Amino acid sequence: MSERSTSRRPLGGGPLGPGAVEKPKDFKGTWGKLIAYCQKYMPAVMIALVLAAIGTALQIIGPDKLKEMTNEIMKGLPALVNGVPIASAIDLGAVGNIGFFLVAFYAASTLLSFMQSFMMATVTQKISKNMRAGISEKINRLPLKYFDRVSYGDVLSRITNDVDTIGQSMNQSIGNLVTSVTMFVGSAVMMFRNNWIMALTAIGASVLGFAAMGITMSKSQKYFVRQQKDLGAANGHVEEIYAGHNVVKAYNGGKEARRFFEEVNDSLYDSGWKSQFISGLMMPLMMFIGNFGYVAVCVVGAALAMNGAISFGVIVAFMLYIRLFTQPLSQMAQAFQNLQRTAAASERVFDFFDEEELPKESQKTNRLANVKGDVEFRHVQFGYTPDKTIIHDFSAQIKAGQKIAIVGPTGAGKTTIVNLLMRFYELDGGEILLDGIPISQVTRENVHEQFCMVLQDTWLFEGTIQENIVYCKPGVTNEQVVSACKAVGLHHFIRTLPHGYDTLLNDKANLSQGQKQLVTIARAMIQNAPMLILDEATSSVDTRTEILIQEAMDKLTVGRTSFVIAHRLSTIKNAGLILVMRDGDIIESGNHKELLERGGFYADLYNSQFEPAA
Amino acid sequence: MIRILKYFKPKEWLMALFSLAFIVTQVWLDLKSPDYMSAITMLVQTPGSAMNDIWLAGGKMLLCTLGSLAAAVTVGFFAAQVAAAFSKRLRSLLFNKVESFSMEEIKRFSTDSLITRSTNDITQVQILITMGLMVIIKAPIMVVWAITKIAGKGFAWSLTTGAAVAVLVVLIGFIMIFVMPKFKKMQTLTDNINRVARENLTGLRVVRAYNAEDYQAKKFEKANEALTATQLYTGRAMAIMMPVMMMIMSGLSLAIYWIGAYLINAAQMMDRLTLFSNMVVFSSYAMQVVMSFLMLVMVFVMLPRASVSAKRINEVLDTEPTILDGSRTDGLPGLQGEVTFKHVGFKYPDAADSVLEDVSFTVKQGETVAFIGSTGSGKSTLINLVPRFFDATAGEILMDGVNIREYTQEALHSKIGYVPQKAVLFKGSVASNVAYGDNGGEGYSADEIKKAIAIAQGTDFVENMEGGYEAGIAQGGANVSGGQKQRLAIARAVCRKPEIYIFDDSFSALDYKTDRVLRSVLKKETAGVTSMIVAQRIGTIMDADQIIVLDEGKVVGQGRHKDLLQSCEVYRQIAMSQLSEEELVS
Repeated sequence: MSERSTSRRPLGGGPLGPGAVEKPKDFKGTWGKLIAYCQKYMPAVMIALVLAAIGTALQIIGPDKLKEMTNEIMKGLPALVNGVPIASAIDLGAVGNIGFFLVAFYAASTLLSFMQSFMMATVTQKISKNMRAGISEKINRLPLKYFDRVSYGDVLSRITNDVDTIGQSMNQSIGNLVTSVTMFVGSAVMMFRNNWIMALTAIGASVLGFAAMGITMSKSQKYFVRQQKDLGAANGHVEEIYAGHNVVKAYNGGKEARRFFEEVNDSLYDSGWKSQFISGLMMPLMMFIGNFGYVAVCVVGAALAMNGAISFGVIVAFMLYIRLFTQPLSQMAQAFQNLQRTAAASERVFDFFDEEELPKESQKTNRLANVKGDVEFRHVQFGYTPDKTIIHDFSAQIKAGQKIAIVGPTGAGKTTIVNLLMRFYELDGGEILLDGIPISQVTRENVHEQFCMVLQDTWLFEGTIQENIVYCKPGVTNEQVVSACKAVGLHHFIRTLPHGYDTLLNDKANLSQGQKQLVTIARAMIQNAPMLILDEATSSVDTRTEILIQEAMDKLTVGRTSFVIAHRLSTIKNAGLILVMRDGDIIESGNHKELLERGGFYADLYNSQFEPAA
Repeated sequence: MIRILKYFKPKEWLMALFSLAFIVTQVWLDLKSPDYMSAITMLVQTPGSAMNDIWLAGGKMLLCTLGSLAAAVTVGFFAAQVAAAFSKRLRSLLFNKVESFSMEEIKRFSTDSLITRSTNDITQVQILITMGLMVIIKAPIMVVWAITKIAGKGFAWSLTTGAAVAVLVVLIGFIMIFVMPKFKKMQTLTDNINRVARENLTGLRVVRAYNAEDYQAKKFEKANEALTATQLYTGRAMAIMMPVMMMIMSGLSLAIYWIGAYLINAAQMMDRLTLFSNMVVFSSYAMQVVMSFLMLVMVFVMLPRASVSAKRINEVLDTEPTILDGSRTDGLPGLQGEVTFKHVGFKYPDAADSVLEDVSFTVKQGETVAFIGSTGSGKSTLINLVPRFFDATAGEILMDGVNIREYTQEALHSKIGYVPQKAVLFKGSVASNVAYGDNGGEGYSADEIKKAIAIAQGTDFVENMEGGYEAGIAQGGANVSGGQKQRLAIARAVCRKPEIYIFDDSFSALDYKTDRVLRSVLKKETAGVTSMIVAQRIGTIMDADQIIVLDEGKVVGQGRHKDLLQSCEVYRQIAMSQLSEEELVS
C-alpha cells in the first residue's frame, strides 16, 4: 500500500461514498467570476501554487536520489568477476552524502507543501467569510419582492451549505490539481529519463488499469443517482409520517405507511449496497493498478538488469515512480470533481449576488421632518406581479391622528397596505403622500423613521429583553425602557424573571405568545414615531393577556395616525376609515355605519359571525 | 455501539465471518507479494539465474495481486450487503417502533429528534459498519502479521518503523486533542451564524421598518468572525497533516535504506545478498504497517460519532409504547355515537400538577359539545384523550358505552373523524389526501370524495387547481394555503363517515363566513354524527348543545351559551373580548 490511500477526504468521509457530482451550468463563466471575486487573494494563491509545484517536484527527485543510494549499496553486493563472487566495501561516505541530501530534500518539500496548505486554507476561509458577509448584506439590499419567490431556506442554504462547499472543495481542488499534475508529468519525465522501455511498461500498465476503473465508474453512476433518490424518498416519507403522527394514528394509516416505507426501504437497500459495493471497489482497484504496474516494472526491469542494460537502482527508483505516477491520476479525477462542485456552489452564490437590488437613493435630498401625520392615497395602483394588478385605483384622504382599520377575510391581502406605506414594495401607479410629500421622493429610511410597527408574528431575536426592546435605537436610557414596560404592563412580569431585564430570550423561550407581543409593543413605544402600523392579535392568546395587549395597543394609538389590521369589532367600529379588502383589492371604504348601510361585503362579513349555524 | 449489533441476523454474522476469511486471504496475499519481490531481487542479483525464473516469480506475484483484488472485491461485496441489510432492518424497526408510539413518547423524544434518529443516525452506523468490516478487522491482522514477518530481520529497522508509527500516533493524538473539539465547536458556531441569518430573514420587515440593517450586519459580522477564526484554526492545523504524513513515509524508506547500507557493509559477504533482499522487502512491509495504523486511527476518529448515533437508535428501540391495544371491535347496541367522560384526569409522568382534573360529561348521538378556555387550560389535551393519543390517568372514557381502552385501536379510530389544530397533508393528490387511511371499509368512491370536499367548502378552490381532484399535493401541503389545507383536513374527516367528529381548534384558520357556512352544511349533511369541538372563537361554538369552559385544567362552567353568559365569569370574559355586549345577547 502507499500514500495514495490517504486521499484528502475530510475526516469521516462523505456519507455513503462518492455520490453523483452536481454539474454547474456554466463551468468556465463561474470560475471566471470566482477568480475575479478572489482577486485580492490571487497573489497569495499564485505563490501557494508555485510552492505546491516546487514541493512536488522535490518529491519526484527523491526516488532518483534513492536510486543512487541503492546503487551505492549494490556495489557492496557480491558480483561475479571472472566467475568468482567478489564484494567490495560500500562507500558509506557517498551513502551519507546522498542521505543528508535527501533529508534536506524531504524537509524542504514538507515545509513547502505545508506552507502551501496553510496559505490555501487561510485564503479559502477568508473568501468564505467574505462570501457569507456579502450574502448577509445582500439580504438587506434586496427588495422584499425577491423573497416572494425564493424561500428563506434557500437563502440560508447558500450561507451555510454552498459557502461551506466552496470553502472545502476550493481548498482541496486547486492545490491538489497543481500537485497531481506536477507529480504526474514530473514522474513521467523522470521515468523516461531513466529508461524509456520501463517507462512505457509502467505507463502501459497504468493505462490498462485506469481504463478498467473508468468503465466501472461510469457504470456505477446510475446506482449513486438512484441511491440518492431512494434516500431522499425514505427520509421524506419518515419526516411526513412522523410529523403527521396523530393523523396517521387516528385514520389507521399506519399499515399503509408501513407498506410504503418497506417498499422504499427495499429499493434503498438494493441501490444502497450496489453503490456502496462499487465505491468500495475503488480502493482495491487502485491497489491492483499500483501492484500491477509494480510487477510489470519488476519483471521488465529484472530482464533488463540481467542483460546488464540497467542497474538495479533503476528498478528501485521505478518501484517508487510507479506509485507516484498512479497516485495523481485518481487525485486529478477527484480534484476535477471538486472544481465542478465548487463551480456549482459558486454559481448559486453569484446568482444571489447578481440579483437586482433596491435602487440607491443617495441623490434624494427631500426629507420628512416633524411629520404631523396626514396621509393621502392618490390613485394608487399596485400588483405583486406585473401581469396581475390587484389594487386598481385607490384614493383616500386621512387626517392626522385618525385610525384606519383594514379588514377582510384571511388571505385578502391586508398586509399589502402595510407593504406600500412602508415602501417595502413600490407602487405601479399613483402616489402615497405623507404631509403632502410623496414618499417616493424621500429615502426609504426616512419613510421608515415615521412609523412604529407591530406585526402579528412577533419577531424577537436571541438577546436580552432589554436588547429586544431597545433594538437598534441609539441613546435609549434604562428609565425609558422601564417606563415603556410599565405602560404595556410587562414590568412586573419582567421583574419576576431570574435576571430581570437581562434575561436571555431564546428558543427555550420563557415568554408566552402574548408576552412576546407585549415586548414588540414596548419596542414600538421606544421607537416613538409619529405614525403607527398595527396588526392586532387574533385570539390565540389567553383572555387576560389579550386584554393587556389591547390596552397597550390603545395607548400606542393615542395621538398617532394609525393603520390597524383589525380583528376586533371595537377597533373597527370606532375607526375613522375602514378599508375592506378582498382578493387583494380594496373593495369598499368608509366608516362602520356607512358600510353597514351600503349592505355590501362588509355588512355580510360583519353579520356572518353572529349567525348560528342553521 | 456493541449493543446495537444484537440486531444482526445469523445470515449477516455468517457473511461477516466469510468476510473475515477473505480478509485473512487478502492479507496473506498482500504480504506474500513482497516475498516474490525479494525472490526477483535475488534472481536478478544471483549470477546465472534464468530469465524464466524471473517470469515465474513475476507471474506468481501478479497472481497474488489478482488474488488480493478478488478477495478485496469479495469482502467489499459482503460488507456492502451486510451493512445495507443491517441498516435496512434498523430503519424498518425504528419506523415501526415510532408508529407504535403514543403522543407521549413522541413528545418525549420530539419529532425532529426522531426524524434525525431514523435517517442520519442510521447512515452513521451504516458507514461505520462498512468501514469496520473492511478496515477495523483488516488493519490489526495486517499489523500483527506484517510485524511477525519483519521481526528478526533487523532490529534497527524495526526500531525505525516503530519510531515512525509513534510519530504518526503523536500527530493524530495532537489532532484528536486540539482540533477535534474545535470541529465540535464549529458546529455550534455554524448554528449560530444560521440563527442570526434566519433572524434577519424572518424579521425582514421589522429590520427594515426600524432601519436596523447596520445593526443586523454588525451582529452577523460578529458571528462570522467567530466562525472564521475557528475554521482558520482547524484548516491550518489540518494543513500540517498531509505534508507530515508524506514526510514520515518518505523518511521511513530513506532511513531503512540508509541503515541498510551500514548493516550490509558490516555483514559477511555471503549474508549481504540476503540482507539486501530483506531490506527491499522490509521497506514495503513497513509501509503496510504504517498505513494500517493510519487507517485504524481514522476509524477511531469516526467511532465516537457513530457510537452516539447507535446509542440514540437504541434509546428509541428500547422504549416500550405505553398505549396497549384492547380486543373489542364493537360497542354496546343502542349507544352509538355516545361519549361519556367519568371523572377524567390527566397528568404527565413526573409532573407536579395535573393538566386535567375531574372532567365529567356525556354527549349523545348527533349532539355537539364544545370546549373553550385560555391557552394552557387543557382543552386540547382533553380532546386528544378520546382517540387515545394519551391515556387518561384518572377516571374513564366510554364510547358507545364501552371503555375506550377495551377497543382495538383500529376499531376505536374507525369510529372517529379527527381534525387536528395544524392541518396535516401528505404528498400525493387532493383525492388521496381526502381518502386517506382505513376505516375498516372498502375505501372511498370518487363521488364520496367529491361530496366530502363539497361539505368542507373546498369545491371552488379544488376545481380551480390544475388537475382538479387529482391535483398534486406537495410534501406537507406546501402548495396550498392554510385555510385550504384546513378544509381538506376537514373533508378527510367527513369522507370517513365516522360516528364522532373531533375538531381540535380546526376552524380558526377559516374566516368567519366560511366557518359558519361550513358548520351549517356539516350539520345538515351529516346529521346524527356527534361533534366534539375545541374553539377559540365564541362565534364558532355559540350554538353548541353543551359548552364546557376550562380554566387551568378544571371545569369552571358547563351549559349553553346563554346560561354561561349569566353564570360563568371566565366565559363572560372570553366573550366580551370578542363581541360587544349588545351583540352577545342579540
